[in-house]
Amino acid sequence: MRLAFREALRAFQRAPVLSALSITTIAFSLFAFGLFGLVALNLRNALQQVEDRVEIRAFVAEGTPPEATSAAVGDVALFPEIASVRLVTEAQALERARRELKEFEDVFDAGILPASIEVRLKPGRRDPETVRDVARRLQLYDFIDDVRFGEEWVENLHRLRNIATGAGLALGATFALVALIIIGSTIRMAVLARSREIVIMRLVGATDGFIRAPFLIEGVMKGTLGGILALVLTWVAAELTGRWVMQVTWFDPELAVLGVLAGALLGLLGSAVAVGRHLRKV
Amino acid sequence: MIRFTKVSKHYTRGGPALEDVTFHLRRGEFAFLTGPSGAGKSSILKLVYIDERPSSGEVRVDGKSSVTMTPREIPRLRRRLGVVFQDFRLLEDRTAEQNIAFTLEVTGTPHSAIAPRVARALTQVGLTSKGTALPHELSGGEQQRVAIARALVNDPLVLLADEPTGNLDERATRGIFQLLREINASGTAVLMATHDLDLVRDTGLRALELNKGRLVYDSGAESQEATL
Repeated sequence: MRLAFREALRAFQRAPVLSALSITTIAFSLFAFGLFGLVALNLRNALQQVEDRVEIRAFVAEGTPPEATSAAVGDVALFPEIASVRLVTEAQALERARRELKEFEDVFDAGILPASIEVRLKPGRRDPETVRDVARRLQLYDFIDDVRFGEEWVENLHRLRNIATGAGLALGATFALVALIIIGSTIRMAVLARSREIVIMRLVGATDGFIRAPFLIEGVMKGTLGGILALVLTWVAAELTGRWVMQVTWFDPELAVLGVLAGALLGLLGSAVAVGRHLRKV
Repeated sequence: MIRFTKVSKHYTRGGPALEDVTFHLRRGEFAFLTGPSGAGKSSILKLVYIDERPSSGEVRVDGKSSVTMTPREIPRLRRRLGVVFQDFRLLEDRTAEQNIAFTLEVTGTPHSAIAPRVARALTQVGLTSKGTALPHELSGGEQQRVAIARALVNDPLVLLADEPTGNLDERATRGIFQLLREINASGTAVLMATHDLDLVRDTGLRALELNKGRLVYDSGAESQEATL
């Protein structure tokens, strides 16, 4: 193993320009993938924020005894898809309206706004079907006058989310494939540059596993370095966008480490394929 | 030790390279493979170190058959063979010592045993003072000596030499040939492909002559028959 490490390091020393070029190529292909990841992450966060506003309001009929509404709130809180439920009394509704719509402050009078039960759903349960279903169940209480949840808005949001997820997966897979092909080709060049050495190793009785090891180590090293460089580049891109265009969220530490590990894995796979193909050929 | 039995080798594109070749090289023997270019000399050597397998017939090397040998067994067999080529095949970025040590390293020789064995191999080929030289700092003859030292360092049963003097001048050729004779004298069999007929004629050693893939003459056949 020590020899395999030494041989991998020797490859860096012997062809520093070629090694730097392959690391840069890997870094830029991962950078493109990382930029896409950054866009996808921020888009998801933005959608999440909008989705957090999905809310069902069930308006309580005038004159309903408070015990009945409190009991209903207790019932609704037990629905599995519910994140939170709260009762907004007539007074609270008036207070909120005055606060939010200052220009109509004087128009609002006590008793003009009904009390309501406000329901928020758990993340992942905010699709139109679930929202409609919860609204229908709320409607079943005979003291509920009306249930509103902005049906069209919820449906549009859901459609947008589906499109974003589908496009994200397709683009993500394409970027990953392009990165894999570029990394594979880069490492293949390194393998071809050392084909003479491989022939000699075979001639003197080295096993294929022994020949493969330094290339795999080299691939992991290049992939890791390329991944780190790509991470730095996406950080710079996020900082610049934050400074000049709009605030963006960067990857959290786990995701950043995962990105570098993905680089290492791509390097390993690229090397394994390139050296495997070469060994089968010679 | 090396036994070819009715060996033929056909290439899909290049046509037949060997046709029905049968011979036996005994332990410690020295034999030339002669014949014009394309006669099949290199094909025979490739079949010995299992770079290729016969299309038909059987090659046995040190008791191992080309018919039953698994890919895993090939590296093990090659460690018992030494191979040298016309173009030396040295690693240009490594010194003579490192080129020789490389063979021991890839075959898992303990680190402490490598330096003395490299020194011994360099002494054997008469290059004690050139251990730290890079290949391009050496003459053609010296590079071939390094290649021979690399082939010898594992104490092979047989040294396979494919036109080892093809790139060398007359003086270097004689030197390399003399070295191969000395190696043979110490017990290692040598199978040397060459088209230098003068070299073959002068020595009186066994010669296997190939023409268009066929073994047309074997000067050792009579003596072998006598011993069988």
